[in-house]
Amino acid sequence: MTDRTTDPTAAETGSRAPSRRALIGWGGAGLALGAAAAGGAVAMARTGEDVDPAGAATGGAVGFHGAHQAGIATDVQDRLHFAAFDVKTDDRAEFVRLLKDWTAAARRMTAGLEVGEGAHGGLAEAPPDDTGEALGLKPSRLTLTIGFGPSLFEKFGLEDRRPVALSELPQFPGDNLDRSRTGGDLCVQACADDPQVAVHAIRNLARIGFGKVAIRWSQLGFGKTSSTTPDAQTPRNLFGFKDGTRNIAGTETARLKKFVWVGDGDGPDWMTGGSYLVARRIRMNIETWDRTSLQEQEDVFGRDKGEGAPVGRAKEHDAPFLKAMKPDSHVRLAHPDANDGITILRRGYSFTDGTDGLGRLDAGLFFLAYQRDIRKGFIPLQRRLAASDALNEYIQHVGSAVFAIPPGVRDKDDWWGRTLLTEEA
Amino acid sequence: MRAVRLPVVTAAATVAALTALTACTTKSGAESGDHVIQVTASDDACKVSKKEFPAGHIELAIENKGSKVTEVYVLFPDDRIVAERENIGPGTKQRITAEVKAGDYRIACKPGMKGDGIRQEVKATGGTVAKRDPKLDRAVADYRRYAQEQADETLPRVKTFVEAIKAGDLEAAKKAYAISRLGWERTEPVAESFGDIDPKVDVRADGLEDGQKWTGWHRLEKALWADKKIGAEEKTLADQLLTDLEDWQKRVGTAEITPTSMANGAKELLDEVATGKVTGEEDRYAHTDLVDFKGNVEGAQKAYELLKPVAQKNDPALAQELDKQFAALEKLLDTYRTDKTSYDFVSYDKVGKDKRKELSDAVNALAEPLSKLAAAVVK
Repeated sequence: MTDRTTDPTAAETGSRAPSRRALIGWGGAGLALGAAAAGGAVAMARTGEDVDPAGAATGGAVGFHGAHQAGIATDVQDRLHFAAFDVKTDDRAEFVRLLKDWTAAARRMTAGLEVGEGAHGGLAEAPPDDTGEALGLKPSRLTLTIGFGPSLFEKFGLEDRRPVALSELPQFPGDNLDRSRTGGDLCVQACADDPQVAVHAIRNLARIGFGKVAIRWSQLGFGKTSSTTPDAQTPRNLFGFKDGTRNIAGTETARLKKFVWVGDGDGPDWMTGGSYLVARRIRMNIETWDRTSLQEQEDVFGRDKGEGAPVGRAKEHDAPFLKAMKPDSHVRLAHPDANDGITILRRGYSFTDGTDGLGRLDAGLFFLAYQRDIRKGFIPLQRRLAASDALNEYIQHVGSAVFAIPPGVRDKDDWWGRTLLTEEA
Repeated sequence: MRAVRLPVVTAAATVAALTALTACTTKSGAESGDHVIQVTASDDACKVSKKEFPAGHIELAIENKGSKVTEVYVLFPDDRIVAERENIGPGTKQRITAEVKAGDYRIACKPGMKGDGIRQEVKATGGTVAKRDPKLDRAVADYRRYAQEQADETLPRVKTFVEAIKAGDLEAAKKAYAISRLGWERTEPVAESFGDIDPKVDVRADGLEDGQKWTGWHRLEKALWADKKIGAEEKTLADQLLTDLEDWQKRVGTAEITPTSMANGAKELLDEVATGKVTGEEDRYAHTDLVDFKGNVEGAQKAYELLKPVAQKNDPALAQELDKQFAALEKLLDTYRTDKTSYDFVSYDKVGKDKRKELSDAVNALAEPLSKLAAAVVK
């Protein structure tokens, strides 16, 4: 596997001109040394493919190239801007051109550089190539991850390349899906430690895409609700509970290979090294939850609220004794041990889009789950949860989409979707 | 209308002269040297330290010794702007840098930022002579004629509208409303360049400033569709609309038009669509937004067609994309009318959320490449 920390892109491009990346270089070095000295043991233990402890501490750049796309096993950043697009062109060559333009822009933005000729200093009569709101900001570990929705395969003669593992989701009991927050031919997940950097990235990609693709819906997220770094404190969801205690870590190569990355022979060759994403907008009934007794809250999850320990145990990471939990508790139903070992990699974020017309917080969890096969990952898990999870009284799934996440962009000549859209894969 | 802007007059145009140079290697503090021209502005004079200078990079060191805020321009003999600086306060100094080829120019100071200004003829010598592209001259001349034609054709339509109101004929007035706006909508950036007319004829209730009386098309639109009555006040306002538009008709020919202002004006017409029409805000009582929409697109297309010979040579891919997106938007708009020769469009309140998004996507698809037209014209 590629070691992303040795990826030369960022350093090379950064040295060309003053840039966000270059500026980081000055301030970043001292901080990185500090981090190494203070947390040496942690840094040494991190040999995962795109883990960059120094970068994490300084808001540095995550390498764009690799066998897998960044933004999946990468340490979860603090912020999200997720966008689903509809394809508007029926010209395959034009679509390929867009994907190449997007890749070039993504390569620059993830390295902390401006898009194209930059945000200023160009022709006075024309709008600049880059929108400019990320000038002077750190790369902030921006990752951009592209995915292809089932509806894309109905275009450009791609029907026979559609992976069966990219399964449309069935209608689950309790779903109340809003069509304007559901589906999409393409998606781009932008994660960064600075919300402005994530928004900037989607905004510039949308702009490059006008006429070829159009945003169908998008979602901002904050406060990651799952982490891929178990040695860090487990984050909490908006119900106040720790979320993702047993999530797959970015360093767990074996579990990633088993549950997340598409392997040789899993399906079409073009997907090898990729993954499948399920995105769900889950609205939380915050106000009723907040009126619920602590006992009920803890029963619903099957963990205690403070420590996050499973019922009857003392520590968060103690092995749960599922039978001690109520039969309809969330953890009991969702745990791999209760699901023939089914495991997904979660990367969800909290969201709040202000308040709805009734004065209720329009808030919840934007759930993102990566898996090797949707039919063996999210679908059986959600069937179980939708049928009997006690949490259902307090949540509702209101948006939904699935995407095939192609493998990583190998090098500077490669581009997003090449394996799908060219015959040699 | 949007917030009043003056894009047409302020856009710097040019074949020969280009950017304000920020990365210039000359010492910017220098007060002398061949390339530095001292400009001393006062309330009644505009003195320049030299009337001949070498072509190339020039720098105007301006000092306003007058009592009024002024602005200083470097102009071609035909008034196209080479470079400019606005808002130079009394007692302050400013610098303008520009790059000029050999040829005749004017330096103008405008005390009070009004009128033609006080002009000095100057000459840049040596090097190559600034040549103007005759294709662009023709485009500007043709566009000027188009703007005038639109105004000329609008007046009789407005008269029909006004007469219906004065006759108290609600239905006839409603029928005449949308079409009376067409010529204005087609040339809106030119019309808006006369900052005083636009707020009188095309302002919406939410665009009013404190103390401003609501007049013009949208005020009458509300009377006809929302209040459903024509009173004495409306009849007076109808006369006022006609008077204001006659003023526009007289002045439209004097607008400063340049190739880049045409290009950016075309993009601004699409901005009008994107911010006002697609949302249904423009004609919120009459719901005739699609007629305005069509007018804006037609006006943008006219400017583009006139600039296309140059744009196509400089950036063939852009021209191809613009041809494609104009055609796509036109085709989409056609689905909202039964007769392609008339301007009867579906009432916009009957256009659902999904359809509005489709229209919005098509506008974005055109407006984004259109924003690159100015660059292709001056390349």
